[in-house]
Amino acid sequence: MPEPCARTSRLPAWLPWFIGRLGYGLLTAWVISLVVFIATQALPSDPARVILGPEAPLESVLTLREQLGLNRPILVQYFSWLGQVLRGDLGVSLDSNQPVAAIIFSRFGNTLALLAGVLVLVVPLALSIGVSLALRRDSRLDRFGLSALIFLKATPGFLLAIGLVLLFSMPQVNLLPAVSILDPDKALWQQLEYLLLPIFALSLSSLPYLVRMVRASMIEALDSDYVSAARLRGIAEWRIVWRHTLPNALVPAIQGVALTLRTLIGGALLAEVIFSYPGIGTQLNSAIQMRDLPLVQGVVLVITLGVVLINLVADLLTVLLTPKLRTARRATLIQRNRRGIQSWWRRPAAKAP
Amino acid sequence: MNSYAPLAPSLASQLPQDPWPAAEPVGAGLASERPALQVQNLRVELNTGADIIDHINFTLAPGEILGLVGESGSGKTTLATALLAHARRGARIAAGRIQVADASLLELRGEALRQARGGLIGYVAQDPAQALNPALRIGPLLLETLHAHEPQLQKNAQQQRLQQTLIDVGLPGDAEFLRRFPHQLSGGQQQRVMLALAFVLRPRLIVLDEPTTALDVSTQAHILQTLRRLCKEQGVAAVYVSHDLAVIKDLVDRVMVMYAGRIVEVASRQRLFARPSHPYTLGLLAAIPDVARQHPLQAIPGHAPAPGQRPNGCAFAPRCPRRTAACEQAEPGLQTLEPHQQVACLHPQLEAPAPTAALQVRATRVDQAPLMAISNLNLTYDRQVLFDLALEVQAGECLAVVGESGSGKTSLARTLAGLGDNASGELSFEGQPLSLLARQRPGTTRHRIQYIFQNPYRALNPRQTVAQCLQAPLEHFFKLKGQACRARIEAALQRVALPVSVAAKYPHHLSGGERQRVAIARALVCEPSVLICDEVTSALDVSVQAAILALLKQLQGEGMTLVFVTHDLGVVRAIADRLVVIQQGRIVEQGPVDEVLDRPVDGYTQSLLAHTPRLAAAL
Repeated sequence: MPEPCARTSRLPAWLPWFIGRLGYGLLTAWVISLVVFIATQALPSDPARVILGPEAPLESVLTLREQLGLNRPILVQYFSWLGQVLRGDLGVSLDSNQPVAAIIFSRFGNTLALLAGVLVLVVPLALSIGVSLALRRDSRLDRFGLSALIFLKATPGFLLAIGLVLLFSMPQVNLLPAVSILDPDKALWQQLEYLLLPIFALSLSSLPYLVRMVRASMIEALDSDYVSAARLRGIAEWRIVWRHTLPNALVPAIQGVALTLRTLIGGALLAEVIFSYPGIGTQLNSAIQMRDLPLVQGVVLVITLGVVLINLVADLLTVLLTPKLRTARRATLIQRNRRGIQSWWRRPAAKAP
Repeated sequence: MNSYAPLAPSLASQLPQDPWPAAEPVGAGLASERPALQVQNLRVELNTGADIIDHINFTLAPGEILGLVGESGSGKTTLATALLAHARRGARIAAGRIQVADASLLELRGEALRQARGGLIGYVAQDPAQALNPALRIGPLLLETLHAHEPQLQKNAQQQRLQQTLIDVGLPGDAEFLRRFPHQLSGGQQQRVMLALAFVLRPRLIVLDEPTTALDVSTQAHILQTLRRLCKEQGVAAVYVSHDLAVIKDLVDRVMVMYAGRIVEVASRQRLFARPSHPYTLGLLAAIPDVARQHPLQAIPGHAPAPGQRPNGCAFAPRCPRRTAACEQAEPGLQTLEPHQQVACLHPQLEAPAPTAALQVRATRVDQAPLMAISNLNLTYDRQVLFDLALEVQAGECLAVVGESGSGKTSLARTLAGLGDNASGELSFEGQPLSLLARQRPGTTRHRIQYIFQNPYRALNPRQTVAQCLQAPLEHFFKLKGQACRARIEAALQRVALPVSVAAKYPHHLSGGERQRVAIARALVCEPSVLICDEVTSALDVSVQAAILALLKQLQGEGMTLVFVTHDLGVVRAIADRLVVIQQGRIVEQGPVDEVLDRPVDGYTQSLLAHTPRLAAAL
């Protein structure tokens, strides 16, 4: 029997928990920086040789090694690189001679705009479709809807995208531009029409997963004792759906959205290839092809940080939306309830039977 | 009245009025009042057309409390929710009439039905931890309920009603309490909140589905007391569903026994406990262990039929000791036996049953070196659970470990079995020191201490047949394979009174009692000296519990040592030789069962005993 908790004015227990998770996130980012550095600079292969290609004369390779500082001790190289990164200086692109940070800033901004658009479109759509299917469970609409979602999921993303282009961008119905080649001189919000088709395509391909997730967690919540109890207490149906059920069904949906975002942040290649949208994914691809090491390092680092951040936000929302976690008296209680990262050097506390 | 008073005098003296008004006639409530509830020919069936309950007729007077008793599958929960015009998924209310106050419930639709649910009929669910929404605070929940039914109520009047209801059910009404979430309340407080949610609307009828099953005995006693007071004060009729006749004995005015979807006996409380007539009622009463005295528990053989598989004639006939050829011809209807008693049986028991002889007091054991001894046991999870505990288990005895939830009794059992992490202390087995962790124990000792889990539905791997499940320990401990292995498995199944054919079945083909027998067989194939039983009967029906207890008793007779963890003092009386009472991680009392239960010394033991419902006084 849990003893009732007395309300005190001290800080909520999730704050230290969150700070701990933040620390973990930073730790992860640091480990990733190490991995990126080792993979690109410290491995036995010679980056200068890689950059210049096998036919380049030895003198130019040596010159480049000098320029890149590759003849310094490896630790010095790492710390000077890390120091630069911490100051926000990601180096200069070998290919275009522009600062890496500036390139990433505009490209990553485009990807983030795409993500925001998908988020704004998909989340309300998934919630409303999922909830309404759950309410009409096993009806004809539900079965039809589920089949349609599976069909959508089974259709390759590029087919969906091409289908959208055929629908909206043919000479007869020329509503939206088929190709999203942004004008670099104009701000993104001044050319939103280029964003629409990529957003539609990405939303369509991530919608089935989220709808099915919302539907499943809604059904689970609707089947719970507290919903039957509320029904038998004569609470109106709309209140049962929106106040009693949905808040409890949101948490799995949040984790689902986070998963979708995590896949998209590494580059929504679907949209970037078919619509030639200038996102981070194609940038990374071309940087790898051009052996543009500083750019590769910078892009990978930024993507990793983005994934870490998405995880943090999703976990924080989960805790804040679950009263039992939010009002927990000790941070360890949150950790035990969350299937998050556990410290590997300490045996997890035994679970009370 | 007299039978009640000595049990809980403190309880009776707090009731504002005579707690036992003269018994009312069975069929129709008091002649002067309109009945609060009238049920006629109610039938609920599955979508396949098989009936779950049928031919249900009864009436309740305002303020009357009806106990609805039956084992799992008897249809009591189906009937309880049907009283709110609700059927679970896959079932529907097919026919009948339910009249609550002036409303004919089954004819209501939409908004009128919503108003009737809660407004006319309140519902209190079985497990308050599940029935309260984890995302909503208590205060808003109560206000929402009030607002859903009486939106015209002024804010002041709302607050007043809220506060009055909270006082009625015995909860604090301050703002801090109302801001709490359900998980911040104790189990008893949660169930009081459920009561408040029902009573805040001032309904005419309240349906309670085993509301105290998940609670400790002392909490249960207080909830029952609160409930009875509220019903009598406010004239609210109540239907109290329970599987345990002992629990309702101090609460209800009238008892209705259900079997296989039919009412088999209705009688006033005094009448039913003094002169039960239906063989099923008699069987139930003989199966319930009683804390007041030890009597041989008798299980009812066989199973209750599932919906759609009812035999012709009386559904109980295949299990009935009094059946004749006529029982299998036609289904007996309810006949009035006495003004206060109706029974659906062709051969009802007419005389009061002869009191069964109490078993003789067990011989106290000579002191010898203990089989198992633990001392200085400390156990800490987030907080410390066990404090410097010391315990000795004699060879061949049945030692009961008793305590309320959170007392640490299960932690103690798990530590003895070697399943508890984070424990420190000295354990010895046959005089040799033994590790507290099973994985550090030598194989030759490990197989001698076996553990049986509380819930047989979760203790067996659903993907393994019974044979596979029993084979693993045989291979592991004794390196047995093939024919030798099969012989051992069959011997173990026979020892727990299961047919050998069970070996090829999966757990989901077995009933709860059969699963628990398989779990016991799994422990037995290890050839243990000690069986640690963690509330092994608490998930089972009373008649199945009686059979499992008899099995354990028989094993003990064959030389097994039992450590039996339980919260039920009746079970302790039925099976144990010695008893240890644990409160908050410390032993507060121990000794031979009869001595402790008849002359408890510690205050905690005394209060546990006072709150434990008992049967014998009524017989």
